[in-house]
Amino acid sequence: MQLILESLFNGVAIGSVLLVAALGLAIVFGLMGVINLAHGELMMLGAYSTYITQLIFKQVSFLKPFYFSYVIVAIGIAFLVSGTVGILLERTVIRRLYGSPLETLLATWGVSLILQQFVRSVPLAYGSGLVIALFFGLFSPLFISDDLLHGAKGKLIRACNWGFSALIGVATGGILSSLVSKLSRASARNVDVTAPSWMRGGIDFVGITFPKTRLLIILITLISVLVVIFFLDKTAWGIRIRAVTQNRPMSDCLGISTETVDIITFGIGSGLAGVAGVAVSLLGSVGPNVGGNYIVGCFMVVVLGGVGNLLGTILASFSIGIMTDLIGAGRLLSIWPEMPSPLYSTIDFFATTSMARVMIFALIVIFLQFRPTGMFPQKGRMVES
Amino acid sequence: MSIFSTKKSWFNLTIWVLIIALIIAAPSVLPVFRLNLLGRYLSLAIVALGVDLIWGFTGMLSLGQGIFFALGGYCAAMFLQLNSSVEFPNGIPEFFGLYGVEKLPFFWEPFKSSIFTLISIWLLPAIIAGLLGYLVFRNRIKGVYFSILTQAALLVFFNFFNGQQKLINGTNGLKTDVTQLFGQMVGSEIMQRWFFWISAILVILAWFFARWIVRDRFGNILIGIRDDEARVRFTGYNPVIFKTIIFSIAGGLAGISGALYTVQSGIVSPQFMTVPFSIEMVIWVAVGGRGTLLGAIFGAVLINYAKSLVSEALPASWMFIQGGLFILVVTALPEGVLGWIRKGGPKNLLFLIGINKKLETYPSLEVNEEGEVNS
Repeated sequence: MQLILESLFNGVAIGSVLLVAALGLAIVFGLMGVINLAHGELMMLGAYSTYITQLIFKQVSFLKPFYFSYVIVAIGIAFLVSGTVGILLERTVIRRLYGSPLETLLATWGVSLILQQFVRSVPLAYGSGLVIALFFGLFSPLFISDDLLHGAKGKLIRACNWGFSALIGVATGGILSSLVSKLSRASARNVDVTAPSWMRGGIDFVGITFPKTRLLIILITLISVLVVIFFLDKTAWGIRIRAVTQNRPMSDCLGISTETVDIITFGIGSGLAGVAGVAVSLLGSVGPNVGGNYIVGCFMVVVLGGVGNLLGTILASFSIGIMTDLIGAGRLLSIWPEMPSPLYSTIDFFATTSMARVMIFALIVIFLQFRPTGMFPQKGRMVES
Repeated sequence: MSIFSTKKSWFNLTIWVLIIALIIAAPSVLPVFRLNLLGRYLSLAIVALGVDLIWGFTGMLSLGQGIFFALGGYCAAMFLQLNSSVEFPNGIPEFFGLYGVEKLPFFWEPFKSSIFTLISIWLLPAIIAGLLGYLVFRNRIKGVYFSILTQAALLVFFNFFNGQQKLINGTNGLKTDVTQLFGQMVGSEIMQRWFFWISAILVILAWFFARWIVRDRFGNILIGIRDDEARVRFTGYNPVIFKTIIFSIAGGLAGISGALYTVQSGIVSPQFMTVPFSIEMVIWVAVGGRGTLLGAIFGAVLINYAKSLVSEALPASWMFIQGGLFILVVTALPEGVLGWIRKGGPKNLLFLIGINKKLETYPSLEVNEEGEVNS
């Protein structure tokens, strides 16, 4: 019984990392049909944001008393950083490629290569400066009245906006690199995020120790899922997003600005990748390749759950998580030691983390033989293609 | 129309003369190190041809060609290892000793025969590709789902080969450059020259083969599947068969390519099955021009050459360049370089600069100085 509980907990913990990572991917894929291979790298940006936030809280004197809360701050920052980069990506590259998913796949792969190398060869301080410049450049026009933006001097105003944003970015970069020496040099080495003291250790419950970091990750995931469901179900923009998902041309005719919907969706999807990055940074060290380890798993979640279905995404990620723990950690063998010997030796063969992956992917492919469109397929009467 | 086609054939002829001249001149001009690199890139051109067949002609973007590439490489390496392990304990390759394996795993046995190896290099990947493809295509899984599944399959194979030390030396891979073939060291200069010739000839043969496939009705059906699969099905063809066949052919080509690449690079390892390598294959084709077989060959050779030159000079910048290349090709040059030239790209560029004038209503016609239309 204890074993089963422990296994369930571990599975849910693995699954919730997958879920928060796949959530953004599922929204973007479901709405826009865009395969975002740079999603893993957006997660990596979120993980690096956590690292940078932690360093700032450690080194800057007036923030030191609040060190314990940096993880919470980092979630917000990571969301904004990845969201900003995502929106930039949507505006510059993906917007040109709607309707051709294979092309977006290749283009976003290119973006992911650039982001990886960017983290390796640009000092983190100036990298954050660039993101801040982008943030102000992209978002401050929202606060300038339309008359000014599209008036006679609109071009000048927009140019000034970008100029000021660039200045702010350079200034932040400079300040950061002088304040925190670790951020002033580029390095390809992995970095570690250390959890504040209240997050270390675990909680003992019915004889099992639940590590606090994992509990926090489950909590983060739970909140993200609830917020996303609330946003999609209750808010005006959420309803517009769902309308565009169901029928883009019709929504366009009814006066919904599909362009704005695309930007918002992609921003939220990318921001969720950033939140996933925070979770990932708490589990292990952070490096340029950290996103690549998760991306295929995320896609499997989306495929298994069925496109454009949150419930499917949730179920798929938890079942993959629990399976990983049951098979990979060899826990199935200790729960049920008297299973028939051919089965026992087969599962024993797959009882490492990487071999468990082999088995789970194989099982997913077999599952798709029976349900080609996932657990909860989209209903419709369209001829496919 | 006839003028156009002679122009095109002249263009093709020039390219062929160039290619053959390059191949014949290369061994006498290039030092062995560079020649070996060129040979490797030529062998990569074969896998690029396969990618072009399934992506450029049939519209299926496979991100898992590395599986078949590596399988071909493993077949060749297993034969070479067995061929030169007579003096080792138990008469089995040396690395088995490290893991305490005394008996050859059963699937190594047939690779003692050279004929079996020569056949299995292309047949084994082709069969596995056919099986995998059939399972996927039967369910009408296509588009991005197909791409994701092939990528997942790639990871499955990678993890499997990476984890099995006792069967195929796991992450270390199988070395071939110190093995013997015909009494010669495989890594020796003379053998490498031979492999260069074999690669060059096989690229040309593979080109003819691919061209033969796509030029007739079979090719038309493939293009039909690419452009509108539902209509092909409604016309009475079964796309599953055609897709399975072409996917399995591409797998076979990948196997040949992998074997040639292995003997020239001296090692086969699970690194051949990493995700980036398989996506790179796609970009060779995309840059050269999808749907143009010559473009695939050119793309593979040129991009790899550029990669080695850039990486020698500025190691950090290649990722930026490669990433930029992906974005640029997809957004600005979807036809690839060769496709762009064939579609009259250079001429349009001249129009754009203003050297040639074009008629507004019939942009395909040119105007001479008196304002009359040239035919």
